[in-house]
This record gives sequence, C-alpha cells and structure tokens, in this order.
Amino acid sequence: MRPADLKQPHITVSNLTMGYGDFILMRDLDFTVFRGDVFAIMGGSGCGKSTLMRILMGLKAPHTGQVQYGDIDFWMLGEAERERMMRHFGILYQSGALWSSMTLAENVGLPLDLHTDLDRDEIVQIVRFKLSLVGLGGFEDFYPSEISGGMRKRAGLARAIALDPEVLFFDEPSAGLDPVSAKKIDDLIIEINQSLGATVIIVTHELPSIFTIANNAVFLDTTTRTIGGNGDPKQMLETSDNPDVIRFLTRGEATGNSNAKDVTP
Amino acid sequence: MKANVESRRLPDGALVLAFSGRWHTGQPTPSSSDVQAMLTGSDVQRLQFDGRRLDGWDSSLVVLVSAVVDHCASLGVDVDLDGLPDGARRLLSLSRAVPRKADADVAQDQPSLLARLGERGLLAGQTVRDTLDFTGELALSVMRLIRGQARFRSVDVLETIQECGWQALPIVSLISALVGLILAFMGVVQLRQFGAQIYVADLVGIGMAREMGAVMTGVIMAGRTGAAFAANLGTMQVNEEIDALQTLGVSPVDYLVLPRMTALVLMMPLLCVYSVFVGILGGMVVGVGAFDISAIQYLTQTRGSLTVTHIGIGVFKSVIFGLIVAMCGCMQGMRCGRSAAAVGNATTSAVVIAIVYIVVADGLFAVLTNVLGI
Repeated sequence: MRPADLKQPHITVSNLTMGYGDFILMRDLDFTVFRGDVFAIMGGSGCGKSTLMRILMGLKAPHTGQVQYGDIDFWMLGEAERERMMRHFGILYQSGALWSSMTLAENVGLPLDLHTDLDRDEIVQIVRFKLSLVGLGGFEDFYPSEISGGMRKRAGLARAIALDPEVLFFDEPSAGLDPVSAKKIDDLIIEINQSLGATVIIVTHELPSIFTIANNAVFLDTTTRTIGGNGDPKQMLETSDNPDVIRFLTRGEATGNSNAKDVTP
Repeated sequence: MKANVESRRLPDGALVLAFSGRWHTGQPTPSSSDVQAMLTGSDVQRLQFDGRRLDGWDSSLVVLVSAVVDHCASLGVDVDLDGLPDGARRLLSLSRAVPRKADADVAQDQPSLLARLGERGLLAGQTVRDTLDFTGELALSVMRLIRGQARFRSVDVLETIQECGWQALPIVSLISALVGLILAFMGVVQLRQFGAQIYVADLVGIGMAREMGAVMTGVIMAGRTGAAFAANLGTMQVNEEIDALQTLGVSPVDYLVLPRMTALVLMMPLLCVYSVFVGILGGMVVGVGAFDISAIQYLTQTRGSLTVTHIGIGVFKSVIFGLIVAMCGCMQGMRCGRSAAAVGNATTSAVVIAIVYIVVADGLFAVLTNVLGI
C-alpha cells in the first residue's frame, strides 16, 4: 500500500444528512475516501448503508451536505453533468441486477454500446475479455435466469467493470452466497482494485470480507445516528472506544476494549 | 399419568408447587388460573417448585410457570426456580433475556375520521402529481424520439409488437366474434317485431366499428398486455435493473416505456379493425343461420351502413385506448415498490385503472362525437 501522505482524497463527504421525507436516517456524516481505497460502509441492518451508497452513486439526493469527487461538488452539478460523471462509476447491485431479457454478452456490452464509439467486433472482444476476467468465459449467450446466483453476481461484476470505472460500488457483494463463492467475489474485488486502480466502495456486514479486503471504513451507528468509527477496520477493532463498533466487529462477543484483542481474526 | 399440580406448605411458610405426570401440549393440563388461585388469599412469601415427579414436559409447563412467575411478581412473592427441570429453567430464562418491548402492547391509536380523510386527500394529490410527473417524462421522451435522440433497442419494439400483435389475435377473435353474436341476437329479436331484421347488419356493423371493436380490444389489452407491462417493469424495479439503467446514464422511460408504448399504439388500430371485421362475421352467423337473411344481403346491408367516419372514430379511439393501457401499465410498473407483493399490487392497479380510464374516455368520446355531429 502506498504511504498515507501520497494518498489523494477521491471522495469527500462533509456534513451529510440523509433520510426519507421527515425521517432522518443519519446526520453529520464526514469522511474521506482516498484514491485506490477499498472502503467499507458498515453498520447494522437498516442503518442507512445502502442509502448512503445511493447518494454517493447519484441515485438519491442528500437532505443537506456535500459529496465531492475531487474538487467537484457532485450534487450541485446539473443532471446531465452528473449523469456524465456517473459513467465513470461501476456498480454491482445486491441482486446482480442483470437485465433479464438480455444475454450476459448483451448485458456487459450495453454500457460499451451506449457510451463508446467502438464497433461490434471490438465490443464483442471486450465483452469476452471482461467475462473471462470473472471466470465466465464461454457463458456469453446464457441468460441470467440460466446461471447460478454466484455466477450472476460475477456477471454483474463484469458489467460493472465494462467501462474501466474509476469508482466501483458493491452493494453486499457476498450476501446470499456460499462461503466459497463469497471468497471468490472478495478475491475478484481485490484483484480488480489493484489491477484497474479503481476506488472501491463496498457496503457489507460480512466480517471476513471487511477484514480481508477493506483498508478504510466508516461505521454508521444506529443509536447515535451518525458515524461511530472511521479508519482501517483492523485498527478500529484495536483502538476504538465505541462499544457499538467493537460489538459489531466481534459479532457481539466483546463489548469493550479489553476483550477486543482476544477475538482479532 | 395425567398432568397434575399440587401445592403444599413447608414449615418455613413457603409454598411448593409439585408437578407430576406428563405435561404435553394438546393434552389436558392444569390451567394457570387454577394455579394462581392456589396463591391468592394465602399469605405466601416464597414460592418453590418441585419437578421430581414429572414424567415428561414441553413448552406447556414452561408457559404455565412463566404465567405463575409473572403473577408472583405482581403479588410481591419471591420465586425460587431451583426445583424445576434444568431445561425448563433455561427456556424460562431465555424467554426473559430480552425485556418485552414496552410500547408494543399499547394499541395503535386509530386516527380520527378527519385525519384519515385528510390522509386520503393527500394520497390522491400525490397520485395526481405522480401521474403528471410520468406524463411529463413521457412527453420529453417522445420529443427525444422525434428528434432521434431516444435510446432503446429496436428489438424490444419488435418483441412487444409480436407480443401484443399477432399473439393477441386468438383472444381478440374469440371475444369479438362473441360480442358480434350477442349484438346480433339482441338486435334481431327486437327488430323482427317490425319485420326489420335486415337492419341487424347496420346495428352490428356500426356498433362494432364505433364502439365495441375499440372498447373490447382496449379491455382485452389492458388485461393482457397492460398487466404484463406492469409485472415486467415492476420485477425489473425489484431486481434493481432500473437502477442499473439509470446509473448507466440511460433514461429508463426512453429505454423501457417508449418501445412498449410505441408497439402497443401501433398495434391497437390494427387489432381494432380486425376485431370489427370478426364481430361483423359473428353477427352474420346469427343473421344468416337463424333469421333467414342471405349472406349477400347481410354484407351489402353492412357495406351500405358503414362509413369511413364510423371506422375512423373507432380507430382513433383505439389509438387513445392503446396509449391509456400502455401508460397505466408502464407507470404502475415504474412506480412499483421494492417487494414481491408490490409487483402484484402494481399489476392489479394497472388493469383496474386502465379499464376505468378506457370507459371514462369512451364516455367523453360519445359526448364529443354527439356535439360534433359525427
């Protein structure tokens, strides 16, 4: 990993408040994601992890506060400009969200078709390459309904990296997968993060994933409705004095600092 | 042995509840009120249990003990659980590990009639706003289509044309033939009283062309295609497929609604004309088969009565009905919630709303054509 002082901020969130209508989910969120980070958004069920991600990727406006990509204030942009920025995002949805009426090749090819001037043959080649990156070479003509859940997630990943994105969003990538498939997805995320150099934002509550792949994280605390901890999750486990963070990171087995070291994975 | 409980007093004044027999759910066991009755009235300070003579037990025993413990708490009696079987004691402590949610017992206040009326009003306002929103988005999308900037797959249009075009022919044929038949039967019975049964050809021809052709295809397509649109788009919403399009910078209205609407609006007039034709044939079967009108006579009479205006009105209506069905189906699908139940609701509302709008629009057309004198 690069030394900390060489790291450039990629996404800066300041004073962010989010919610639905009058209901406030989280307030005063402040954190920075650095270029090349694998950044985990953690928290219990219903704490607003997915909502925060929807704000970061441009699907839902925050109540107040800023999301900056570099020096650009994301939510102050016009809709057209924001959409242009969103083309540099790759997103893997929780369900995979493959378009069910299209084959895997068409799914992966659509972003290329829409946003590049490549001709058919080039697109076919890129699609083949991306599908083989996620271990799905030869599955080009399958429909999403014909493959397993783990394969759908990987195909979704191939689509997410179709345009070589700068930021990759993962919504619970290993939810609902068996441990082996989950590990495979984790390995792919690290591999893609390191080879493409993309910043990765990942919403998850799978502890093994958090500890193996994330080097930076934020913990959304449901009791205080704001950030409960921010930083490297391994360090957070050792140094945090927030009992909610420790309880989360140890599956509720430890409640304070003194026990934390016994259960370090 | 039958489940039983007996009480006895110890020399130190404590009350012992001794359980015996087999305690199994579904078999007669002493009720908690019986046991509570043993407690009240006596000046018990401490309660103990004795489970040594139990032959077997399940939750029924724990439920009873739990009720007794609650009762003792309210009386201020100390309870000693040591005499219970180990498993029962652990179940009891597990059930008390997390305190009951305090405010869950309080019945939710029923909002007043006025409040509910207000909520309904706000909801209706929201629905109107949503509809206007969607119509606006659709209008913008149609503008982009005209300028050639709308992005969608032409194969989607073709697939939908196939789905709501010739694949709909069997059901449209059946319903139209039956409607023609019914119109003819109803008409001819009345007209025969004046010896004017030949005019049944006019009745069926004009009736099908102006009204029934368009309305029946509209209703069929609402139930068939409108529902399919809502279910299809609703499922895509649940699977986050629509989000995936949006983040790709593609307008879901362009990509999903436009092809469906174009296909249906193109197919509806054709289906309507087809339905009129089949309806006339249906009427002819009755006229020729049952009431001694010759086929040539029937067709000549029909040709004489049908004008381009009649058919034009029917075709125009069918275009509007196609728009209504496509819009209701797609809007309900796009505005669908994110659960499986929401997809079902969206589908139902798509059909119901489309049929209501079709009938309302047909009423407006009736007034309008009357005023215009066509």
